[in-house]
Amino acid sequence: MIESYVPILVTFLVATFIGSAIIVLSTVLAKRNPTPIKLMPYECGMDPIGGARQRFSVRFFIIGMLFIVFDIELIFLFPWAKIFNQLIPFGFIEMLLFVLVLLVGLVYVWKKGALEWE
Amino acid sequence: MIPVPEINLGGVLPALILGVAGLLATLLGLFVRKGAATVGAIIGFTAVLIALAANAPLRFMNTPAFSGMIVLDTFSWFFNLLILLSVGLTILISMKYLTDQGLDLYEYFAILLFSSVGMMFMVSGTHLLMIFVGLETLSIGVYVLTGVLPKSSKASEASLKYLLLGSFSSALFLYGAALLYGASGSLSLAGLAKYFQSGSVSTMGLIGMGLLLVGFSFKVAAVPFHMWTPDVYDGAPSPITGFMSVGVKAAAFAAFLRVFFECFGSAQVTWSHILWILAVLTMILGNLAALVQSNIKRMLAYSSIAHAGYILIGMVAGTAMGAAGILYYLLAYIFTNLGAFAVVTMVGRKGEANISIDDYRGLGKSHPALALAMSIFLFSLAGIPPTAGFIGKFTIFGAAIASGYIWLVIIGVLTSAASVFYYFRVVMKMYMEAPEVEPESLKFSPSMALALTLTVMVVLYIGIFPTTYLNLATESVKSLF
Repeated sequence: MIESYVPILVTFLVATFIGSAIIVLSTVLAKRNPTPIKLMPYECGMDPIGGARQRFSVRFFIIGMLFIVFDIELIFLFPWAKIFNQLIPFGFIEMLLFVLVLLVGLVYVWKKGALEWE
Repeated sequence: MIPVPEINLGGVLPALILGVAGLLATLLGLFVRKGAATVGAIIGFTAVLIALAANAPLRFMNTPAFSGMIVLDTFSWFFNLLILLSVGLTILISMKYLTDQGLDLYEYFAILLFSSVGMMFMVSGTHLLMIFVGLETLSIGVYVLTGVLPKSSKASEASLKYLLLGSFSSALFLYGAALLYGASGSLSLAGLAKYFQSGSVSTMGLIGMGLLLVGFSFKVAAVPFHMWTPDVYDGAPSPITGFMSVGVKAAAFAAFLRVFFECFGSAQVTWSHILWILAVLTMILGNLAALVQSNIKRMLAYSSIAHAGYILIGMVAGTAMGAAGILYYLLAYIFTNLGAFAVVTMVGRKGEANISIDDYRGLGKSHPALALAMSIFLFSLAGIPPTAGFIGKFTIFGAAIASGYIWLVIIGVLTSAASVFYYFRVVMKMYMEAPEVEPESLKFSPSMALALTLTVMVVLYIGIFPTTYLNLATESVKSLF
């Protein structure tokens, strides 16, 4: 049973070795010529504006939470959409019920105003 | 054509009804302008009544369903019944509570219903993943309910603490399940049972079992995994505290019993030693800490820890008699503790201003009926005849003696003697002391009066005529042995 996990262990060890080897080699071999611009935090090529640890509006969390719920719905929907003609009628009704439950949630958040930004 | 797995919707009908009612409450609440909470409560209570009827056929079914993910047997039937009873009573108590707080929270009832759907799948699950999904559905609902009061920083703190510690324990449970899968190659209880019976159990399998034990101990609040209990029980709304102390505990013990007797039955020697220690620690710490509390909710929180200890004695005994004792004990505990929390809700008033034990002074004179009810519940918690709590303790202790755990029973009896002190302190305050200022008189609502009458009557009735219910409990645990 345990033997079948040996490849995973090997992959893990190789990954650890390569990862640490690159860091160690580049610290040992690389030329060092620091300038203030090089030491700046990397923000997609833009000059950093301020600290990264500022407070975010709580709305982002609500949107994030809703996104995850409906994102997972899609994960279920894609494979189903591929083969749903073979699942008629049971699989079809089942998925409709599943979407219906999420729809109730959508109506709820909509009516509660969680989708409004202002 | 893709084959459709065998579906037995009739068997999960009670859970389906509660789920649909939850959705209905969510939707209707949106479109009702005033009194949405009442609408939610009525939908919830009706659903509980219908689900009670739908649950009845489960008793004689005894079939696995949904490709062996759940089983519909007498054990599931009994625990579904316990869950429905606790949800129904909680709804009755909550109506009064929400009116007192001036809140129109219909989501409250929807979440309560969803949470009990999780419990039902947890008690009938025969696959570790199914049990885990049930556990999470139930926990997430309860995390939210704990912090449901707006503008209460105490409730938010309790909710966050519960969420963090609860997720941690769920992770431990899941890790244990993963290790068991690694060791045995199966997550179904039947597969695990076969592996443990084979005799060659690896260390990995044993560690997995230990982690499951930790996960369950956390949910039933056994020492040393009890740290969250007092804060969470104190911060949550009183009816929810009652619900957590009975519903969540019953569901967790159901899964605990099923997993440990059905799949680890052959390793009983190993885990009964651990549970022995846990039971002793839980009883001693729970009762000693309850002695010094001045807040009634914290006192009842520690008392609920102590009761988890008594129930663990039944598991240590490891016989059908012990398990039947647990089932009866939980039945008695549901009515007793929810009754006690109903009184706490009544006396608490707006904003839970009166939750100190001193607020019970003079209750015997100003509200004799309420004080009498509270005394009966406290007698039952202390285990004094002729209440249901006495028969529960008697059965569990009797089973432990029959299995030869004399010392465990001696510790149990001694600690429950100590518990009489703090339960009776409240009774004494109610009848023998007078309040400094006479408080305004309390107003009963019909739902609250119904809940209190029901709980008092059942606590006395099943305490005086326990035979039928003990037989039911014995019949319900047959499938485990």
